[in-house]
Amino acid sequence: MVTDLFDVAILGAGPAGAAAAIEASRCRLNAILIDEQASAGGQVYRCAPGIDAAHADPDREEGNALREALSDADIERKFGYRVWHVEKAEAGFRLHALGPEGPVTITTKALVVATGALERYVPFLGWEQPGVMGLASATVLLKAQQMLPGRNVVVAGAGPLLYAVAKGIVEGGGQVAAVVDAQPRRAWWRHARELASRPDLVKRGYSWMRVLRSAGVTVLHRYALHSVVAYGRELRAIIAPIAADGSPQSGLTRYHVNCDAVCCGYGLMPDTYVTRLLGAAHVYDASLGGWHVVVDEDQRCDVPGLYAAGDVAGVVGAAAAPNQGRVAVLSIARDLRRLNDREFAWHAAADKRVRARAARFGKVMTQIARIGDGAIATLPPDVTMCVCERVQKATLETAIGDGCATINDLKRATRCGMGPCGGRLCEDAVARLVALKTSRSRAAIGQSTARPPLRPVGLDAIAGTFDYDALPMPVPAPL
Amino acid sequence: MDADLRIRGAERGPAVVFRFDGRDVPAFEGETVSAALWASGIRSWSAGEMAGPPPRALFCAMGVCQQCAVWIDGTRVEACRTPVRAGLVVQGRPLW
Repeated sequence: MVTDLFDVAILGAGPAGAAAAIEASRCRLNAILIDEQASAGGQVYRCAPGIDAAHADPDREEGNALREALSDADIERKFGYRVWHVEKAEAGFRLHALGPEGPVTITTKALVVATGALERYVPFLGWEQPGVMGLASATVLLKAQQMLPGRNVVVAGAGPLLYAVAKGIVEGGGQVAAVVDAQPRRAWWRHARELASRPDLVKRGYSWMRVLRSAGVTVLHRYALHSVVAYGRELRAIIAPIAADGSPQSGLTRYHVNCDAVCCGYGLMPDTYVTRLLGAAHVYDASLGGWHVVVDEDQRCDVPGLYAAGDVAGVVGAAAAPNQGRVAVLSIARDLRRLNDREFAWHAAADKRVRARAARFGKVMTQIARIGDGAIATLPPDVTMCVCERVQKATLETAIGDGCATINDLKRATRCGMGPCGGRLCEDAVARLVALKTSRSRAAIGQSTARPPLRPVGLDAIAGTFDYDALPMPVPAPL
Repeated sequence: MDADLRIRGAERGPAVVFRFDGRDVPAFEGETVSAALWASGIRSWSAGEMAGPPPRALFCAMGVCQQCAVWIDGTRVEACRTPVRAGLVVQGRPLW
């Protein structure tokens, strides 16, 4: 099915995309909102139909309010649709998606990319085993599905998600075997001034800590997962103290902790596959989660008709996302001459102010969620870097020694990052390894080339139903 | 061990039963296949796209990693984006 031409297509119905859709309806733009999940809210406000929380959850309330507001918007909706290709077209852009009613092609004058973020992982021995999962994954289980990731869980990594997950497990009746935080306790105090700008969120953080403390949960600062090994039907996590650069320190006590699940993650990275596919400019900024698409103050990318909002333009979190989404749509209304410059400035002023303030807080969260390159440099040679294709670190090091200097080089030489996840799990860690081995910066390594299909899709689903007689066949050459 | 991982006191949809590799798995409407499998103590299932070991389970729970892929009606789907329903027949790996 091919749709009529829309004024704007909004890709992703998280806090940025949903706010953009509501604004588009207000601006009377002919808009379509597309998301691969069954309902709006993105990962942060994710819910599941018919499942309601056992405990009060402010994120769920915010998500419900957002979904309620969105339900009144006069826009086209495509939920459960996964966009697997986006290309430039004469009138603007053409999006190819696959959903419950089969394949659909959407044409639009303007495109708002609100694809959000991906979780960053740092490999360790045994991370490919069942029972090891992301912190973001644990939040989906806890919040949307109302399930524990395990009965007795090691929660490891850095950043606020660590404590959100640990608190969710305790509250849900599970046990947290240990919280393993790569950052020192004082990391939070270093940013006290920015944190003070959101007393509500600081208060929420304190309440999480109180839950952990009263449950007697062990919190290890400046520690990281060394390895996870199978232990009967369960797991055993080996936890090592780390130096400031993230490398394990020898001679100090390691902890061996039995558990049935390990949740790990080191913050979020912008999900830039769509903007990369369209050739937009990207820059590297570690404090914004790494490579992100460049936008001007009106959320415009350097490709005409292309706009970005939310974490894809730098991870600053859900608080700043709605403002970015609204500014992007107002910007489109102006660029399509539905608003003049003065009207745009007047409507966008408040959102731009809030956007800046919320972004400052979000940026601190992103910075606190990091671990130093030493964590990658000191990985043993047999650690699996690319889980899909099972490429070990030693294989990558050999290839780098033979001259591979980019992620694309390594893909060709080793198949690293060429499995079903498309490098989403390993690309950052692999790029950091290349940077270390070639004495260049992470920024200098760049990103891999994004190519369609953006996600695995069945060939039959793309082809749809067709008549063999309708296929254009060249006239055979005379014999 | 392997007590149900569902949080007590949460509101859920009607109870359903689906089939996974020849056994019945109890679940509730609204749950995803991957979450229902995991909650029932099924700790590994798919081999991802690859043949042979090692087994995999859910990792990202949001349609990114593809580790939880299962086969339903001969089609490969992400278990974390597929809601359970009564009578669903799920295979941990393809039959070919």
